[in-house]
Amino acid sequence: MFRTCDITGLKVDLKGQSLIRINAVLAVITLLIAVVGAILLIFTRWEEVHLLSQVWYYRILTLHGINALIFWIVFFEIAGLYFGSTVVLNARMVLPKVGWLAFALMVAGFLLVDWNIMTGQADVLMTSYVPLRASPNFYLGIILFAVGALVATSLFFVNIYYAKKEGKVGKTLPLFTYGLFVAAVIAVITLTTGAIVYIPTYLWALGLLGSVDPSWYRLVWWGLGHSSQQINVAAMISIWYLVSRLAVGGTSINEKVSRGAFVLYILFICIASAHHLLVDPAVNPAWKIWNTGYAMYLAVLASMIHAFAVPSTIESAQRRNGFTNGLFDWLKNSPWGNPAFSSVIIAIVGFGFLGGITGVIFGMEQTNIIVHNTIGITGHFKGTVVLGTSLTFMGITYYLIPLIFRRKIVAFKLAQWQPWMFGIGISLISIGMMSLGFLGVPRRHYDTTFAGGPFTNEFNPLTGLLWIVTVLGGVLAFLGALSWILIVVFSVFFGPKVKGPEDMQLAIVAEAPAVHLKGKYEAPGTLIFALVFMATFVIFFYLNWKWLSVIWEIK
Amino acid sequence: MSLHAPAEGWYSKKVASDEKWWVALAATVCLITFFWMVIWHVYGKQNPGHQTYKIKEAEFMQLSEAFNKKHQIGEENGIPVVAPPSNGDVFLTAQMWRWSSIPVLVKNEWYTFHLSSADVCHGFSVQPINMNFMVLPGYDYVLRFKPNAAGDYKMFCNEFCGIGHQTMIGKIIVVETQEEIQNLKLTQPKNP
Repeated sequence: MFRTCDITGLKVDLKGQSLIRINAVLAVITLLIAVVGAILLIFTRWEEVHLLSQVWYYRILTLHGINALIFWIVFFEIAGLYFGSTVVLNARMVLPKVGWLAFALMVAGFLLVDWNIMTGQADVLMTSYVPLRASPNFYLGIILFAVGALVATSLFFVNIYYAKKEGKVGKTLPLFTYGLFVAAVIAVITLTTGAIVYIPTYLWALGLLGSVDPSWYRLVWWGLGHSSQQINVAAMISIWYLVSRLAVGGTSINEKVSRGAFVLYILFICIASAHHLLVDPAVNPAWKIWNTGYAMYLAVLASMIHAFAVPSTIESAQRRNGFTNGLFDWLKNSPWGNPAFSSVIIAIVGFGFLGGITGVIFGMEQTNIIVHNTIGITGHFKGTVVLGTSLTFMGITYYLIPLIFRRKIVAFKLAQWQPWMFGIGISLISIGMMSLGFLGVPRRHYDTTFAGGPFTNEFNPLTGLLWIVTVLGGVLAFLGALSWILIVVFSVFFGPKVKGPEDMQLAIVAEAPAVHLKGKYEAPGTLIFALVFMATFVIFFYLNWKWLSVIWEIK
Repeated sequence: MSLHAPAEGWYSKKVASDEKWWVALAATVCLITFFWMVIWHVYGKQNPGHQTYKIKEAEFMQLSEAFNKKHQIGEENGIPVVAPPSNGDVFLTAQMWRWSSIPVLVKNEWYTFHLSSADVCHGFSVQPINMNFMVLPGYDYVLRFKPNAAGDYKMFCNEFCGIGHQTMIGKIIVVETQEEIQNLKLTQPKNP
């Protein structure tokens, strides 16, 4: 059963729509758990307050990590995969019942995991490195969730296959769905790796298997733990292209280049999981360099290509829409009042400057020595996963509320502020934590004064100030995330119904006219930004290696 | 277009000159970054080795206890202070939630550390120089260090190792010369 959307003209399969809705709802619930955890954690790590007890600190840390990094993001991605394989293609949800089965497995997994954590049967943190042991049901919960997600991902391929067979897709997929296809391929690799590592661990926890090798566990676990973040990258960038199209009518200035970059992700991005093992025994430098370097940084090259391709998509469209003056007139006249657009711009800048630069430098074989397991690492992934992926997902939701849930966005003024609150808040956390990391402050640590230990420790007094920056960022980001959750919940359940195009608060702009632009360059403003980015990278590169060069010699 | 299939001829469309230059620059930086790690192995001075032995936890603890017995020169807060010879081995066990000894090292001398764990994964984090390595049970991780400044260094565990993780801190003492070791003010162990 289809309805025809009176705003976009797309045909929406109602069975697919319910699945998109229910997965999105679970995404919001799990995000709420993660966000409440986050604010408790930040006021515990700030030792002026030291809110939670040590046991509850590690317990909530486990809860926060799994709900933020796995549940929220994967539930949202499944909603996105169904959206990209049905609505965008005017295609049907081929096996809705299997979709509900997948959903049931994921919910069962989510409940089992969170229950085990909250009842104190899994104080092992998200990574659950063996031989730390949790109750078997914790591992079972993760397996159920991963299997459910794997089933849901296969439905994406089934939908695409039938869409193609039934003539809904021409020679190739739209770029948005193409990017999601890449995300889905990476998801299959990732989730299968998850099953490979958690099944023996589950058997070990049940007492059926003697032991699980800790080095093997770390190697395979990161095939899940890191590669799952690469699903996010592909999904997030797909959304960047989608929002460029919706908000300013932009299309990639060269589809071949954008698609080629996505292919590089499939080929090379998963091996980068190795950068979690750079200071581990049992793996040699050649293995470390090849893998942490994404095979000569070909996956980083892909990200840098998108870093130009997405803003240039916006710039080129804006110029063709008539904003041709100077280098940055197009940016000034962008739809800043559209919260999806501002979310994406903040996400691009944050992902690149905070997450991307540190990701490459922290992940080099030798410089990893001066950051591994410091809170700088946490600061890095606040830049990538939170500022990049989570904010992008929040942004696209402002389109999904009217188009999929058919409701108007309540408190629209707040919605326009929300990306800035969240974006600036997370940026402050990220910068604060990375600076603390350089001063040696460990991550996942209850008390850096080491009270009760044989010695005490005093950090550089600057850490006091940096913690204040981090906490301020935390409060701002908490308010930003909470605003988003409240806006979504109130809009979806109590918002006025969308009756037609006149109720759209976010514009869907027609494709920019195909006028030929004057001048040698298609996107000169973007090129300037890209060069500023490169200069920043070089400066950080120099500082890190300089720092490394003055510590003890190591052979 | 991101919502519809691309327009006819998308595959043969010429790449704009600014995009072409950017991709070329990015690819160059990627290659430099990659080979930088290789070059650092030749010219740089911080390149962790990869010598590793599989070993039973109990066996490693015996080695580390024998090492303590042989080189102990005192005690601090119940932890043996040990002075290994330069160029010698240092066996250090991480255990919930303590380090097995306080090594005394001489500046500008090489030492071969053997890091392993008696129970779960730990982290070996030397502060304030901020040097971090992993310590895994069942693996003897062999790393050679040459300290370049005298002073007291703290040794954190920075991998979560259970609820007492936040109390796991140790110490490494680095002195200017071999003679200074005799002048260290140390408590003598009660049962030598």
